[in-house]
Amino acid sequence: MKYGETPQLIKEDGTRLDGRKPEDPRPIHMEVGVLENADGSAYVSFGKTRVLAAVYGPREPIQKYMVLPDRAILRVRYHMAPFSTGERKSPAPSRREIELSKVIREALEPVVITELYPRTMIDLFIEVLQADGGTRTTGVTAASLALADAGIAMRDLVSGVAIGKVNGVLVVDIDEVEDMYGEADMPAAMATKLGLVTLLQLNGVLTKEEFVQAMEMAKKTLEKVSEMQRKTLLEKYSSVLQV
Amino acid sequence: MKNIQVYFKFEVNKVSFTPFRVPIVPQLKKNMILSMIEKGLRIDGRKPEDIRPIKIVTNYLDKAEGSAYVELGKTKVIAGVKMEVGEPFQDMPDLGVLTVHAEFVPLASPSFEPGPPDENAIELSRVIDRSFRELGAVELEKLVIIPGKKVWIVWVDLYIIDHDGNLLDASMLAALTALKLTKIPSYTIEGEDIIINKESAKTTLPLKEEAIYVHIAKIGSHFIVDPSLDEEVVADSRIAFSISRDGRIAGIQKMGQGGMSVDEIIKAMELAVTVAPKYFNAVDLVLNKEGNEG
Repeated sequence: MKYGETPQLIKEDGTRLDGRKPEDPRPIHMEVGVLENADGSAYVSFGKTRVLAAVYGPREPIQKYMVLPDRAILRVRYHMAPFSTGERKSPAPSRREIELSKVIREALEPVVITELYPRTMIDLFIEVLQADGGTRTTGVTAASLALADAGIAMRDLVSGVAIGKVNGVLVVDIDEVEDMYGEADMPAAMATKLGLVTLLQLNGVLTKEEFVQAMEMAKKTLEKVSEMQRKTLLEKYSSVLQV
Repeated sequence: MKNIQVYFKFEVNKVSFTPFRVPIVPQLKKNMILSMIEKGLRIDGRKPEDIRPIKIVTNYLDKAEGSAYVELGKTKVIAGVKMEVGEPFQDMPDLGVLTVHAEFVPLASPSFEPGPPDENAIELSRVIDRSFRELGAVELEKLVIIPGKKVWIVWVDLYIIDHDGNLLDASMLAALTALKLTKIPSYTIEGEDIIINKESAKTTLPLKEEAIYVHIAKIGSHFIVDPSLDEEVVADSRIAFSISRDGRIAGIQKMGQGGMSVDEIIKAMELAVTVAPKYFNAVDLVLNKEGNEG
């Protein structure tokens, strides 16, 4: 295929290359407490996109001047492993990773009750093990699970998914091919119980009507993702609750 | 002392951390902003949907191939476009390259520190870059000199020189104006070498789409357009929409702490679409004047 040509991403029967319907996310897998050292950790995959997240803290800041007297500060690093992409990714932080670390931090700050941990620092490390589209939204989903696993007080969980537009059709949870050749990629994250959108970006062009529809699709999907996150945490901790 | 936000270079760009020396808005002023907005007023006398006065100076620089100086209220930005001959990306051999960079130079604000661009500068430049790129604003296919080997690289460098909030809209205005004014130097090909003739006739950089950003802040349950620095600090949540000439959405970035409901975001989007022509008019006004005089 020549550069500039858009491949057929939606088949004649309306399904996508991997057989999904436009409104279907990929198979989602979630686990919490997967690492020994971290205070909280989670592993989340959306199809081939696989992400590990770990939380350390609340702990004393390495540098004293970093403290806030009335709440904790959140430090976030989103990082892609060198083997996560088609061609080896340099482990040095790219401009993209620096921006995404910021966007993910701002997506989680509204839900973490940092006022309960004054003068401390909560560290959150996200490692993308395999990238196949939707890494930041998978990262946010894993990160909020890891925070919950660490026992950090939160107002809600944050769930993420990317809505895309491919061959003129709005689709849920785009993969790498759909991201590369599609017309738009709109990553979104929500605290669904609070009804708050905490991360929203758009890479591409949408009409007003398409945008409204995309927001509705994101909300509907994220309510399901949020339910899965709750279930994952309950399965892990229900035995503790019964004691 | 106002708006102190100190960055420590050893931390910059390794991790993103909660700003721990947040800009300070005196409590009295904060209360004033909050109580006035309940009556639909803002402290600088604007209505919620008003943008600040815009001043644009075209061709601000002689050595850049395109340039503009923009004041949006007290926020001041310089955009310079430099055209360079370079190699295309391997996976896009038949396209020129557009690159946006932003520098938050330390003379602009007590909160800016010398050093490489921090996460805020990187975010700003990437958000602007994405919008131009996804819209296909610059006709990159017309910037090829020797297919697969030599193409024009369009460097858009944004210099924030005074920070009073809403750097995004001001930077986007400056970038768009500068791109619209950019002239491609004429050149001759001699074997593998490209000889640039700076003095002879130039062609205008081909643009086929245009967009601006509209930055909206939510304070309480109210939406305001083009927030000043004080308003940005007080705001509960902020979002910016890139709007094309024909009213499509060509980029979104939710910024800062806090969140909005889906309904609020859709309301903010509608507001951005209605405000966008004000920015386009400011650009058109100054460029038409320029065209008549030139």
